[in-house]
Amino acid sequence: MKFMKSLLGLFSTAMLMPALAFADDAPTLSSGDTAWMLVATVLVLFMTIPGLSMFYGGMVRSKNALSTFVQLFAITSLMTILWVVIGYSIAFGGEGAYWGGLDKMFLKGVTVDSLSGTIPETVFMVFQMTFAIITPALIVGAFAERMKFSAMLIFMSLWLIIVYAPITHWVWGDGGWLGGKGILDFAGGTVVHINAGIAGLVAAIVLGKRKGYGKTAMPPHNLTYTIIGASMLWVGWFGFNAGSELAADNVAGMAMAVTQIATAAAALTWMFAEWIFHGKPSGLGIASGAVAGLVAITPASGAVGPMGAIAIGAASGFLCYLSATKLKQMLGYDDSLDAFGVHGIGGIVGALLTGVFASTSLGGAGFGDGIESIAGQVSVQALGVGATLIYTGVVTFILLMILKLTIGLRVSEDVEVEGLDTGEHDERAYILN
Amino acid sequence: MKMVTAIIKPFKLDDVREALSEIGVKGITVTEVKGFGRQKGHTELYRGAEYVVDFLPKVKIEAAVDSSQVDQVIEAISKAANTGKIGDGKIFVAEIEQTIRIRTGEAGPDAL
Repeated sequence: MKFMKSLLGLFSTAMLMPALAFADDAPTLSSGDTAWMLVATVLVLFMTIPGLSMFYGGMVRSKNALSTFVQLFAITSLMTILWVVIGYSIAFGGEGAYWGGLDKMFLKGVTVDSLSGTIPETVFMVFQMTFAIITPALIVGAFAERMKFSAMLIFMSLWLIIVYAPITHWVWGDGGWLGGKGILDFAGGTVVHINAGIAGLVAAIVLGKRKGYGKTAMPPHNLTYTIIGASMLWVGWFGFNAGSELAADNVAGMAMAVTQIATAAAALTWMFAEWIFHGKPSGLGIASGAVAGLVAITPASGAVGPMGAIAIGAASGFLCYLSATKLKQMLGYDDSLDAFGVHGIGGIVGALLTGVFASTSLGGAGFGDGIESIAGQVSVQALGVGATLIYTGVVTFILLMILKLTIGLRVSEDVEVEGLDTGEHDERAYILN
Repeated sequence: MKMVTAIIKPFKLDDVREALSEIGVKGITVTEVKGFGRQKGHTELYRGAEYVVDFLPKVKIEAAVDSSQVDQVIEAISKAANTGKIGDGKIFVAEIEQTIRIRTGEAGPDAL
């Protein structure tokens, strides 16, 4: 924990900020809000299983298809337990600039009667749990087709506790230092997408390229899965974004509208970009574009208006297109399914543009507390991006290096060639004879 | 007896089968194959990663026929499998030394 503290010291200016006081004006349960949040929670879980599983599972080669599904299913189960044991407490257990403490370990004090705002705390805890599930799951795309299942489970466990839960507290927890600065991260652009994206980039680099990367063909084995998965993500994302209002109200309504609009704008932008630069629009392209739009509108969904959503979607669609198709090849890392290219880049684009389009002059809902200009908001957004890039980047690197030097991160070359399905699980995705 | 082997475009299989039935060919063997010829392959692009697909899917038909029927068979296949575009395929003819029907033990042209 010592290095964590010294690292956090880098952001010590934040310690001077007063803890953000949350209004607790409605301590009674609202059945309307609760009904919506029950549904929203299920929608977000649906994003990982089966949504993201199919999105990723279709993009790998058939010999690794099943292992991708298994990894996401196992992450879903493991993160659930870890969230109950300690994750929820670190993120939401109490006030503190950097973490919420250990008071709510094993869900101590979370009873059938406890409330969080106008909804039962149990619902809030499970809603947040689904975010703690999908964020590690997103990283899988970066190291697909080569990571050892056992190392993956250990890495994800440590990552949830040391990276995800604290950053969640920084942004959304009582007294969290980024929240206190007035950062606008409505549904998790920083907490979820930049976080998973940069962790993915580090993982792709530390694990190294897949055997034969750049020399042998590694086309997606089933793009219909991928498009079905992207469609499920799109649908589930309404729980993610509109649900992040934690109420069934006007802001949730606008969050839903801008989510749909930005996603469509980004899907079209990627499709047309490919059409113009390559000559043909592709299914993988339009599906990837939709996800890029969903990612970018995530931090903005409670802050911007419909026109801002179009701009954010278009910008993210184009920049993620460039990063997945050009930047990756230029720099030569093997971010297999573009976890960084789509979630990292899209998250950064969304986080920064949220600072612009939150402005009421551009149809937004206004800046964070104590912030009066676009420049002021963008600089807080940039601080959030920078802090996440550095903290997550460094800690992820250290975690992976420890595992690399002890139990090893990659499957053996034989298993990689044979495929993770039979190599790691003794079964196959497709038995066609 | 001759063995007529034809490599054709997959979507022409039904037309060829029908044409062969019409002229009295009693059986064929069909295999899905891959290969390249003058048509060459094509490129596919996935998020900027370009792959050259060298081998294209084709269907291989094998028909064992009586020597007297061979010209008719060639004509039927040529006509049915023709699209006029590159990649329509090829027909090879080879001599068959012997044919035996496993169930009855019949040999020679009677076994065809």
